[in-house]
Amino acid sequence: MGPYAREELLACVIARLIGDAAHVAVGAASPIPATACALLAARGKELRVSLLHKRKGNPFSEGSRELFDLAGQGRIDVFFLGGAQIDGEANVNLVRAEGRRFPGSFGSAFMYFTARRTILFREEHSRRVLVPKVEFVSAPGSSPPGVWRRGGPQALLTGKALFAWQAERRRFRLDSVHPGSSLEEVRECTGFDFDCGPAVPATAEPSPADLALLRGPVAREIAANYPAFGRKVWEVGASHSKS
Amino acid sequence: MDALPANATRFLADAEALAAQIPDGAQIAMPPDYSLPAMAVVRALVRRRAQGLRLFGVPVLGLCADLLIGAGCVAEVETSAVSLGEAGLAPRFTEAAEKGEIGVRDATCPMVHSGLQAAEKGVPFMPLRGVLGSDLVAQRPDWKVIDNPMRNQGQSRISKKSDSDPDFEDPIILAPAISPDVALFHARWADRAGNVWLGRRRELATIAHAAKACYVSYEHLREGDMLEDELLAPGVLGSVYVSALAPAPRGAWPLGVADEYPIDDAHLMTYAKAAKTREGFRRYLEQWVLTPEKNFSPA
Repeated sequence: MGPYAREELLACVIARLIGDAAHVAVGAASPIPATACALLAARGKELRVSLLHKRKGNPFSEGSRELFDLAGQGRIDVFFLGGAQIDGEANVNLVRAEGRRFPGSFGSAFMYFTARRTILFREEHSRRVLVPKVEFVSAPGSSPPGVWRRGGPQALLTGKALFAWQAERRRFRLDSVHPGSSLEEVRECTGFDFDCGPAVPATAEPSPADLALLRGPVAREIAANYPAFGRKVWEVGASHSKS
Repeated sequence: MDALPANATRFLADAEALAAQIPDGAQIAMPPDYSLPAMAVVRALVRRRAQGLRLFGVPVLGLCADLLIGAGCVAEVETSAVSLGEAGLAPRFTEAAEKGEIGVRDATCPMVHSGLQAAEKGVPFMPLRGVLGSDLVAQRPDWKVIDNPMRNQGQSRISKKSDSDPDFEDPIILAPAISPDVALFHARWADRAGNVWLGRRRELATIAHAAKACYVSYEHLREGDMLEDELLAPGVLGSVYVSALAPAPRGAWPLGVADEYPIDDAHLMTYAKAAKTREGFRRYLEQWVLTPEKNFSPA
């Protein structure tokens, strides 16, 4: 790894994946996707960002159902999902695995269908998480013909690599491997089969300009909503100690 | 709780008195940690050793549920998730679910909202897109899938497939109307007319509209009638839905009330750490819950 935090690299990758979207929604406990959105805004991109858990100035005035109503109408371009398990067909499991109970499905079973694109994001890249077949489908990666579905997976980003989703093949293709990891390591740590070109590039590192933005205005904004994350990555913003 | 009451809201003395209104075995709809949970009443439920409660998360649950589960007050949860947010997994929920000590009915957020919206309209169900193909559907016989009866009309012609395949059935899922026994939450203000001010947390109004009874703790009592104030009225839940009210200063602590006090992140971390073990949880209860005078922030 270079002179940057892994969280900073991942935020830069997500910023690239968000691309030309006009409206991104960020759900519970997602400080890195929120950081990516803040980075895009700091670069000057016109982007509407709906942070569900924004502590001040939350974007919704109709309660927590408003996000789902927006998505149902097609007003959300990009959403993020993680998973206790994610499999090679992009199915997501947020409920239980290997006898362990996880928090639950949240809105995944709806958002995966209604948001135009979903970026799958899980920092842990291991055979425990990236499995051949999930034990429980919270939200399916694809739907049979005849079932209404507006959107689906765009990519899977982990702490080691970026996979692109190929909807027509219903398989992932390895897009890039992060600096510090190798193709062998990615193969070793991935429990499902994936496609892979003859030469897999390294994931682009954060530019000095992006790092400056991340460590300035972005850090301050993110720490206000994700205080523990702000302290961990940038050592800023411990608002709770004064309360 | 057969007939919905339309009589005047009752004003009670405190959180203990509100907790005494909620019978053992009741299904209680509650908000997540970011949406005005009635923590003081939850602590009072633990103190009165409530039993067999069925918690309904709208749409997810947090510290309220974890405290009640750890204290042995809960038989079942129905929710889209239980989490302490940045403080991580809800440890008492996780252990109780893994050991089968409580029932867990998994849901997904918009099915919860839609079921409550059906109830507040007095209709039997509300349709929703998505969800099909999730294993949740097989676990929930109360969720029904039908063919969209409007599939050839206007807006609902949503797919190229329906043009190329005239037999396209367009399955759609229905959320059954849900009327919880009790809605329980905290509010910034109440007034002497029995109205409460929720501000932007309109999901609390939906819960109150759908529930058979609604109990609200509040920070401050305002003089007059908030419905006569054009600026306050859009954030008001009218007293017609409110069964009983009681004052509970800092009643959401260690969670927050916007513009009153922030979330006590340090305390949540303390809780998450303590509650990892039964013994740690027991000590937490003794220190912060079972002694009434200490049931709010020392700040």
